[in-house]
Amino acid sequence: MKVLGLDPWENGYELHKKIGVIPQEFTFFEKATPREAIKYYADLFGVRVDPDEILKEVLLDDSAGVLFENLSGGQKQKMGLALSLVNSPELLFLDEPTTGLDPNARRAIWEVIRGLRSKGKTIILTTHYLDEAQQLSDRVAIMNHGHIVAMGTSDEIIAEHGSGERLEIHGTEKLADYIKANTELKVDFDGKDLISIKLNQKIDALAALAAAEQSGLDWGEIHTRRDSLDDVFVKLVSGVMDEHGEIKTKHNGRNPRNQGGSR
Amino acid sequence: MLSAKRTISDLRVFSRGYLRNKFGLFFGLIFPVILILIFGAIFSGNSSGTITVYVQNQDTGPFPAPSMDVATSFIDAFNHTGTVNVQLVSPSENFSRYLADHSSSDGIIIPKNFSADYLEGIPINLTVYGNPSASSSAIVSGTVIGLANEFNLRRFNGTAIIGLTQTTVNTEQTKYVDFLIPGLVGFSILVSPMFSLVNISSEYKKTKLFKQLSLTPLTKMEWLASKVLFYIVLSAVSFLLMVAVGVFAFGAHVTLTVWLIPFLILGPMLFASLGMLVGTVTKNPETAGVVGNIVTFPMMFLSGTFFPISIMPQYLQSIAHVLPLYYIIEGLNAVMVYANYAQALLDIAVVTVITVVLFVAAAKVFKWRE
Repeated sequence: MKVLGLDPWENGYELHKKIGVIPQEFTFFEKATPREAIKYYADLFGVRVDPDEILKEVLLDDSAGVLFENLSGGQKQKMGLALSLVNSPELLFLDEPTTGLDPNARRAIWEVIRGLRSKGKTIILTTHYLDEAQQLSDRVAIMNHGHIVAMGTSDEIIAEHGSGERLEIHGTEKLADYIKANTELKVDFDGKDLISIKLNQKIDALAALAAAEQSGLDWGEIHTRRDSLDDVFVKLVSGVMDEHGEIKTKHNGRNPRNQGGSR
Repeated sequence: MLSAKRTISDLRVFSRGYLRNKFGLFFGLIFPVILILIFGAIFSGNSSGTITVYVQNQDTGPFPAPSMDVATSFIDAFNHTGTVNVQLVSPSENFSRYLADHSSSDGIIIPKNFSADYLEGIPINLTVYGNPSASSSAIVSGTVIGLANEFNLRRFNGTAIIGLTQTTVNTEQTKYVDFLIPGLVGFSILVSPMFSLVNISSEYKKTKLFKQLSLTPLTKMEWLASKVLFYIVLSAVSFLLMVAVGVFAFGAHVTLTVWLIPFLILGPMLFASLGMLVGTVTKNPETAGVVGNIVTFPMMFLSGTFFPISIMPQYLQSIAHVLPLYYIIEGLNAVMVYANYAQALLDIAVVTVITVVLFVAAAKVFKWRE
């Protein structure tokens, strides 16, 4: 395996000069300011940079002289981003850069990451927020216990692993049975008030609605729905759990059988 | 493989952070000076001799001529010995009651007809009050006996045959503060690097700051070197401050020679390494703090910091001989007070060995990334 043409085991030290890394929960010396931190990193990497330019790039130029201990969570994370840019890396690793941040701070970090992407940096970002992956990434890989279980653009992954488009109608079980009896479609009822109809083609929606109208029964809200990356993730990760049930039970308390037992 | 540029860059960031932290600054520079001021004032101020002694002069005369009032001249002489401060008590007072009311145990009664009896050669008895367990009382009675002998001699026009010149071991006169400075210099060499490195190394390990630094070209030896350098400089500044205060506030006699340099370099390096070791082998900052205190405090008190170890029982002295700080303070005393360079050389040798061992151990145990 090679990264940027270098073997990470043999040339780890050289490689570090070409990549930027922000660990999860970035920390720094309490009594140093972002501007000083950038100068320090520039000295360590032996490069010359303009601290203010980098701080502008990560939208932290307004707090350039504030001590690290007085920065907010989002600002600290931005400072981490700034430091990872000091050596102009070709490859950037961001480990959960928005974990624990409020929605505004998250959006600000997203903006910075989009800016970096548009400048042509390769960024590998790990996250538990799938909306973040969907929003920011060109390609997504879903990992479960060290194995990649799906990879591609988020649309590709949804198309491959999701259950496709569905028409959902709020109605009674009687209505569900009527549609099932009068069309060729696959109809599911959730036991309460939601009827879910799998659409193989868009036109199937018309057939389903026509049947519903014909039945003379009451029906409420209708909409179509696709699986989100979130749905696919849950499906994929729990799918693998079933295959290796024993190991997963130890690692993951969210095993459905365990949960069922405690209810 | 050590890059001076990276080391100095790290040193700059670290010292700036240190200077911004009022707490560290206080313990590194101000606190040792305060200790010198306090201990210096307690033990070697100008008031050291003035024990208050109450004197009741019952010899009220009448005197045919002022020169015949021997009682008053005895009291004056007593007051001018420099060791006591005489407070006269009215002859009408109940003397022992008076002493008790003034929480004092030191007093003298000059009897009636003292002057007349003295001039006629009739034996006189002075009553000296004192507390047998207080050293001040021993000083008072010693002074009274000395003075009485002088008056006895003078009465018969005698001359003293045996005289004495008081001096101390050094060629120059030595004061308590002269011994205090090496001890407190040792104290500051121990405390700042030790506590700071225990704290930093365990804290950085917990917050993964070391791991983060490992992602830069900075090496752990460069990081360690910058900390050692910083504490060498800090100790040197603290040393100069303490010496200056000792000299200007208490007139201490201090010999400044190149022999001090090995101690001022090796000492901070030794305790920075020890702190690093403690912070690294312990699990979390809380445990590190406790272990750090367990290592530091006995060393602080048993190494001759605040008092010479010769006053301690034998078994405590044996313990002192295994503490690294003992050899630093012994060496500083050898250089600054006794000018005994053979002793200093021996101490430098011992401290060098301990420093090398601890530094190598710390550098080995300390992991840049887990």
